Amino acid sequence: MNLTFALAISALAGCGVYMLLSRHVIRIIIGVAILSAAINLAILYSGRIASALPPVIPADISELGLDTANPLPQALILTAIVIGFALTAFASALALQLFRSNGTLDTDDLADAERLGNPFTDKDDRA
Amino acid sequence: MANAVLWPVLAPIATAGLAALFWNFRKTQKAVSCAGTLLTFAAGLYLLARVDAEGVVAVQFGAWAAPFGITFVADRLAAAMAAITGLMALATMIFGAADIRRREERAGFHPLFHGMLAGVNGAFLTGDIFNLYVWFEIMLITAMGLLAIGRTRAQLDGVFKYAVLNLFSTLLFLLAVGMLYGVAGSLNMADIALRLREQEPSLTLVIVGVLLFCGFGIKAGYFPLFFWLPASYHTASVTVAAIFAGLLTKVGVYACFRVFTLVLPMETSGLAPVMAFIAAGTMLFGVFGAAVQWDVRRILAFHIVSQIGYMLLGLALATPAALAGGIFYIVHHIIVKANLFLIAGAIHRGSGSFDLRKGGGLLKSHPALAVLFLIPALSLGGIPPLSGFWAKFMVIDASLDAGAWWLAGLALFVGLLTLYSMSKIWAEGFWKPAPQWHRRRRTIPPAFYAAIALLAGLTVAIGLFAQPFVAYAQAAGQQLADPTPYIETVLGMRLG
Repeated sequence: MNLTFALAISALAGCGVYMLLSRHVIRIIIGVAILSAAINLAILYSGRIASALPPVIPADISELGLDTANPLPQALILTAIVIGFALTAFASALALQLFRSNGTLDTDDLADAERLGNPFTDKDDRA
Repeated sequence: MANAVLWPVLAPIATAGLAALFWNFRKTQKAVSCAGTLLTFAAGLYLLARVDAEGVVAVQFGAWAAPFGITFVADRLAAAMAAITGLMALATMIFGAADIRRREERAGFHPLFHGMLAGVNGAFLTGDIFNLYVWFEIMLITAMGLLAIGRTRAQLDGVFKYAVLNLFSTLLFLLAVGMLYGVAGSLNMADIALRLREQEPSLTLVIVGVLLFCGFGIKAGYFPLFFWLPASYHTASVTVAAIFAGLLTKVGVYACFRVFTLVLPMETSGLAPVMAFIAAGTMLFGVFGAAVQWDVRRILAFHIVSQIGYMLLGLALATPAALAGGIFYIVHHIIVKANLFLIAGAIHRGSGSFDLRKGGGLLKSHPALAVLFLIPALSLGGIPPLSGFWAKFMVIDASLDAGAWWLAGLALFVGLLTLYSMSKIWAEGFWKPAPQWHRRRRTIPPAFYAAIALLAGLTVAIGLFAQPFVAYAQAAGQQLADPTPYIETVLGMRLG
C-alpha cells in the first residue's frame, strides 16, 4: 500500500517534470499543475493515511483517540489547491496574452525580454 | 501590546482592499494608497521600537496556544526587515508619483503594490512554516501582476519566465514543508526546532534541507539558480523594478536566514560548506554577468545576484559576528539597490535611454543627479564612509575571524569588480559628452530627486553614524545564533 502510493506519486511528479521541460507554454503550465498535484498527494501521505476514523472527540472524552485520521494535511492541501488554482488561472491568462501579442507559444520564439537591452545587439526596442 | 506584530501586515492588506474598492476612482485610490504606505511605514517603525525595547514579540492568532495555532513573531531581524519594507514602499511611492502611468494605475497598480507589501511583511513576521509558504504565494502572484502591468511583449515574456521558475521554487518549498511535517509533526518553526533537537539526523531531514535550499535559492537568486532574475527584472517599470530589487530576493534570503539558523541550523545540517561555495559563486558570477551588459537595468539586476553572495557568506559562516554582518548587509543592500534602480529611471528620463552606449552628458546637464548617483554607487562598491564599507567590513572581518581566507579575498576582489561596473555607468552615462542627436534638454521630475535623495541621505547617515546600526545588527545576529529566546517567546515556556 505504502509503496504503491509512493510509486504513484513519483510517477505523477515525473510526468509533471517532463511536461515542465517542454518548450510549449501550455505544456509547461500543465506540467506545473501536475507537479503541484503530486506534491499535494505527498503532503497527504506525510500525515499518514492508515486510518479512516474521523478525528472527532466523543462527548464524554477529552482526548482524541489514538488511531484517528490526521486532519491537518487535508487542511494544508486544501490551501495549496486553492493557491495552485489561482496561479494556474493566472498562468493561463498569461499564456493567452502571450499568444495574442506574439502569435506563438513556442518558448524558443518568445525572446522579447532577452532582446530588450541586449548587450550584443545595437537595437533598443523601447526607447 | 503584541498587536504591534500584526500592523505591518494588516495595514497593507487593508489598503489593498480599499484601493481595489476604489478601482474606478483614481484620485481617491491614490490618496488611499499614499495613506496606506505611510501607515505601513509607521507600523514597521513601531514594531522596530517595540522589539528593540522588549526583545522577541509574539502573538497567537485566535488565542490558540502555539504550536496549534498560527504564530506571528518578530525578533530583531524580522522587525528590521518590516521597517525597511515600509521605508522602501514610501520611497518608491514618492518616485512613483511622477513615474506610474495612468494606464498602469487603471490596470490595478495600487492594490497589487500593497498586496505585495502584505506578502513581504507576512513572510518576515510569520512563525509558521506553512504560513510562510502562503505569504510567498501572495507575494508571487501580486509580483507577477506588477511585473506584467504594462503588458508590453517584453514584460509578458519576462513575467512568464519569472512565473514558471518561481512557481517551481514554491513547489519545492511546499514539498519540503510536507516532508518536514512528516518528520517533526509540527508546522510552528520554533516547535519544529525543539522537536528536531531531540531527533537523530535522518535521510529525510537531509532531503528537506536540500529542497529548502533549492526552493529558497531560486527565490533569493543564488548562484546556479539565478537566471530568471536578470531575464525579467529589466522589463518591469522603474518603480516596480526598484521595489522588486530592494525587497523580493531579500525575502528569499530572509527565509534562508530564518530556517537555516532556527529549524535546520547550519552547523548540524552539514550545509555550511555547500553554502560557502554557493556564496562565492553567487558573488563572482553575478558580477561577471554585469560586466558585459550595457543596459543600466541589466547591469543592476546582475549586481543584485552578486550582492546576495555577501549575505549568504554571513549565513555560511554562521558565527554571531558573521550573521550580524549578513543582516547589516541586507539592510544596506535594500536601500542602495532600490536607489540605484530609481536612478536608472532618472538616467532614462535625463538621457532618453537605458542603454549606456546611447546616453551620456548627464554630468553636464544634471549635476545633482550625478552626485546622487555617486553615493549609492560608491556605497555598493564598499567605499568609506558610506554604508557599504561597514557592511563589507563586517562580513569580511567575520570571515577572517573564522579562518575563511579565500572567501574574504574573493569578497574584496568582487568589490573591486563592482566598482568597475559602477565606474562604467559613471563614465558612459554621466561623464561622456552627450551624443549630437539628443542635445535637447530633458527635465527630471522633482519627485525623482526627492525619492533618490531620501535613500541616498540614509546611505550617508548609516555610513557616518554606523554605531547604532552595527550594534542592532550584532544583537540581531546574536538572536539568530542562539534562538532560545525566540523559541521561549513563541511557545510561552522556559527551556530547561
